[in-house]
Amino acid sequence: MPQGINKKNTGTHTPLQKTLTGIGGFDDITDGGLPTARPTLVCGGAGSGKTLFSMEFIVRGATLFNEPGVFVTFEEKAEELASNVSSLGFDLNKLVATNKLRIDYVHIDRSEIDETGEYDLDGLFVRIGHAIDTIGAKRVVLDTIENLFLGLENKGILRAELRRLFQWLKDKKVTAVITGEKGEGTLTREGLEEYVSDCVILLDNRVVNQISTRRLRIIKYRGSVHGSNEYPFLIDEDGISVLPVTSLRLNAKASTERISTGVPGLDKMMDGKGIYKGSSMLISGTSGTGKTSIAASFATECCKRNERCIYFAFEESPEQITRNMQSIGMDMEKYVKKGLLKFQAARPTMYGLEMHLVVIYKLIKQFKPHCVVIDPITNLITVGSSSEIQSVLTRLIDFLQTQQTSAVFTALTPYNILKEQTDETISSLVDAWIQVRDIEMNGERNRALYIMKSRGMNHSNQVREFLISSRGLYLQDVYLGPEGVLTGSAREAHMLQKRTEEILQKHSLSKNEKAIERKNQELQLKIKGLNSEFDAIREELKNDFVEMQLKKDVAADNRIELTRLRENSTLTDSDSSTKNKK
Amino acid sequence: MENDETWELRLYIAGQTPKSVTALRNLKKYCETHLQGKYHIEVIDLLVKPQLAEGDQIFAVPTLVRKVPQPIRKIIGDLSNEEKVLVGLNIVPLSKS
Repeated sequence: MPQGINKKNTGTHTPLQKTLTGIGGFDDITDGGLPTARPTLVCGGAGSGKTLFSMEFIVRGATLFNEPGVFVTFEEKAEELASNVSSLGFDLNKLVATNKLRIDYVHIDRSEIDETGEYDLDGLFVRIGHAIDTIGAKRVVLDTIENLFLGLENKGILRAELRRLFQWLKDKKVTAVITGEKGEGTLTREGLEEYVSDCVILLDNRVVNQISTRRLRIIKYRGSVHGSNEYPFLIDEDGISVLPVTSLRLNAKASTERISTGVPGLDKMMDGKGIYKGSSMLISGTSGTGKTSIAASFATECCKRNERCIYFAFEESPEQITRNMQSIGMDMEKYVKKGLLKFQAARPTMYGLEMHLVVIYKLIKQFKPHCVVIDPITNLITVGSSSEIQSVLTRLIDFLQTQQTSAVFTALTPYNILKEQTDETISSLVDAWIQVRDIEMNGERNRALYIMKSRGMNHSNQVREFLISSRGLYLQDVYLGPEGVLTGSAREAHMLQKRTEEILQKHSLSKNEKAIERKNQELQLKIKGLNSEFDAIREELKNDFVEMQLKKDVAADNRIELTRLRENSTLTDSDSSTKNKK
Repeated sequence: MENDETWELRLYIAGQTPKSVTALRNLKKYCETHLQGKYHIEVIDLLVKPQLAEGDQIFAVPTLVRKVPQPIRKIIGDLSNEEKVLVGLNIVPLSKS
C-alpha cells in the first residue's frame, strides 16, 4: 500500500472553511460555498444538471479563483464534455492548455474486463492523484462514480474502496464534488450518501402542468447553517443561477425621494410628486383601460430622467409595444437605442413561475435598472397556482425593494363579478394601487382612474377621467355634474350647457346694466328738471321780495313826500285841501 | 490460436503490495505452464509511472492487460483463479490438450 493513500486525516476543521463555487447565487444560500477539502455529493435524476453544476464548479474555480481543477468523468469523453459545455461559454480546451484543468475520462467496458481475486482501486487513486499533483489542483469532480458499479462485479470491494477514496480525497485537501444518479427511494442508486456525509445537494427537475422547473436543495451541510428550502435555478448561456428566494426580512430601506409616474395628472393626485423611489405601484383594471399605456409612460419618464428601465412584457412583443405607444406620442424606440430601456418579452408559459422570477432577478442584477415594469403580472397566473403567485410576488417585490428599484405592475381584472385574487394578494404588498376602469354611460365607454391606496402620502380621493390622446395621457380635472362625476360626452355636453348658460347670463347681465343706466339717466334728467323748477321759484320769490321792498321804500318816500306836502299846505291849507277834496 | 505469436502481457500494479506480488507470481506461473517461450510480461508500477494509467484505462490494481494478441483483454484482481484467468485471456491450457 502506498504511503499517504490510506493515511487518516487527523487535522481539525474548525471553524469550517468554505470554498466559493462561483455559481451564481449558490454561494449565497450556502453562506460561502462548499466545504473546503471535503467531498460534496451532488445527486439528482437524469438531466437535472449534475454534470453542469460540477463542471461550473471546476471552471469557475479555475477562472475566478485561480484554483485548478480535475474533472474525472466516467460517462463522457473529454471532447464530448468540452463541446457540451462550450455553449455555456466554457472553453475547456484553453483551460487544459493552460494547466488550469485536467479532464480524465475513466472508461469502464465490462465486456473486456474479467475479475479474479482480490484487487483495489489504487489505479484510480493514482490517476486522480497524478492529475491533482500535475496541476496543483484544489478542486476535483467525480462524475459519475457510480458507473464503477456497472463495470465491476465485486460490490464489497467497491464499497470499501469508495469509502477509502473519499477519505483519501479529504487527505489530499481537495474540495471534491461527487455526482450520483438518483435512485428509487434513495438519493443515489448505490447509496453514496452513506460515504459522503459532509454536504449533500439534491438537484431536481420537476414538471408541473407541462412546465419544468429546476430546483436545488441542500439536504445536508455538516457544520454550517444553510437554507433548507428548495431553490429554483436556471441554466442558461451563463451557466447556473440559483435564486436566493427567502431573504424576506422586511428591512428594506425607505427612500423619501419621489419620482414621477409619467402621467402629470396622476402625480398631481399623489401630492403632486408621484410615487416614492423604490416603491411599487399596481395598476389594475379591465382590458383596454390603458394599463399598458400608463406603464409605458412610467418607463418612458424613467428614461427621460436618464435612468435605466427594464420592461418585462408578458403579453405583447417589444415591437408591438413601441409601435402602439408611438401612437400616443411616446417614443420608446429612442431609449431602447440609447440603451436606457430594455425589453424582456417572454410568453408566461415559456417556463415555470419560479423560472420567471429567476430570469427577472438575473436581469435586474445585470442591468441594474432604476425602474421596472411588469406587464401584466396577471399573465403569470396561467403558470402557477395562486399561492405560488403570492409567494413569487412577495419575493419579487421584496427583492425590488432591497434593490431600491421602483416598479410598476399591471394587473388585468376580469370582467366577471368574482373578486379577482391577484388584486387582493398583490395589493397588500404594493405601496400604491391605482384602478383604471370603464364607465359605461349614454352609449359610450370612458375611462376613469382612481387611487385605491398610496402609502405614506396625501392622495386625492377623487375619481378622475383618464384620457388617452395622440399627445399622451392626461387626467381630466374632476368634473362634477348634478349626478356626480361626468365623463366623456356627458361631460362635454354638460360643459357646453354650462357655457351656454354662462353666455346667456352674461347677456342678461348686460341688459340689466343698460336698464340701470337708463334709469340713472332718467333720474338725472328729473333732478335737472326739479332743480330748474326750484331755481324758477326761488327767482320768483326773490322778485316778490324786491318788489315788496321797493313798495315799502316807495311807500316810505311817499309818506315823507306827503308829510312834506302837508307841511306846505298848512300855509295854503284851503287851496290844497280843496284841491285834495276834488 | 496463432501459436507463433508472442503474447504481450502487461501487469499494472501500484507498489509492492501483497496483491500485486501474488498477481505477478500467479501470472508467471500460468505463463510458464501454458505459454512457455511465447510471452513477454511487462510490469508497470503506477506509483513510478502514474501517467501510464490513463492510456490503458486502469482504475483497479492489479490489472493484467493482454495487448497482443488483439483484442485487448483485461483481468483485474490477484489472478488467484487460474481457470478464470485462462478463459479471460483466451489461453488454451497446454496440460489438457
